[in-house]
Amino acid sequence: MAVSVAAAVSAYGVSFGALAVAAGLDVWQACVLSLVMFSGGSQFALVGVLASGGAAAGPAAIAGATLLGSRNAIYAMRMGPIVGPGILRRLAAAHLTIDESTAVGTAQGTPEEQRRGFWLTGILVFVGWNLTTLAGALLGDLLGDVSRYGLDAAAAAAFLGLLWPRLSSLQPVAVAVAAAVVATALTPWVAPGLPVLAAAVVAVVVGLTNWGRGGTRRGAR
Amino acid sequence: MSIWAIIIIASVAGLAVKITGYLVPAEVMERERPSRVAGLLTVALLAALVATQTLADGQDVVLDARVPALLVAAALFALRVPFIVVIIAAAATAALIRALGG
Repeated sequence: MAVSVAAAVSAYGVSFGALAVAAGLDVWQACVLSLVMFSGGSQFALVGVLASGGAAAGPAAIAGATLLGSRNAIYAMRMGPIVGPGILRRLAAAHLTIDESTAVGTAQGTPEEQRRGFWLTGILVFVGWNLTTLAGALLGDLLGDVSRYGLDAAAAAAFLGLLWPRLSSLQPVAVAVAAAVVATALTPWVAPGLPVLAAAVVAVVVGLTNWGRGGTRRGAR
Repeated sequence: MSIWAIIIIASVAGLAVKITGYLVPAEVMERERPSRVAGLLTVALLAALVATQTLADGQDVVLDARVPALLVAAALFALRVPFIVVIIAAAATAALIRALGG
């Protein structure tokens, strides 16, 4: 399970590396993001905002990427008891806490299997993601001109691909549609990057009030 | 702000968020709300990024080759085509339309 997940995710790394370079980053900057930030959605978000707003959109890009990474904190709370004690071990675990390692880890039966699934997936994805980021960045460097090759459309498709598996019920679909409308409507009026942050408000309001899930006080999770 | 500064600040912030999760007492995890907000936050941000990457050109909203490219991507994701294939197909669609003068 860990190996197949890692192989699938590594393919994303090529698109990330290529898009990062197309957005104006150099190969090293793309690699530092994959090494240190190591969270696909956040990395795509940072690069996407920098592509449209340049370095001037830096604060909005940082805020967007960090908000998108906030789900990792929830994963970390879930994985904490499984990973066990020890500062160094928990620091390493924190770095490897992403969608995939948490998903494989929590899908296992016994605590021992959960621990093994989490570490194995985290380490394999980390290695694969960083190698493919480098490959993609070098490829992007070779390709050159962004719009001629349609890499801007590839960025939009990449976000759609990350979003797709999350549209599992009415509530996330409604939030997605509302967020897209809010971001598009605000685009002419505020600086690049800010429309995406404004769309986050939709999620907070729906999440706190639990609209669209009438009556179910305790969710399936 | 230089690109390097943006990358380092964002990377450290992303890592700090992960570490914070391991410092929070386990009882908070039992609560439904933080988990739900974080999940929907991901959905909202990704949807907003899809919209702006497809429709925004600087601060202008435009309909260009990216729109059909995204529709192609949506159709392929619905057919469960692998991620990397969809990305290439979307890029190729936009590039083709532009090459034809669209």
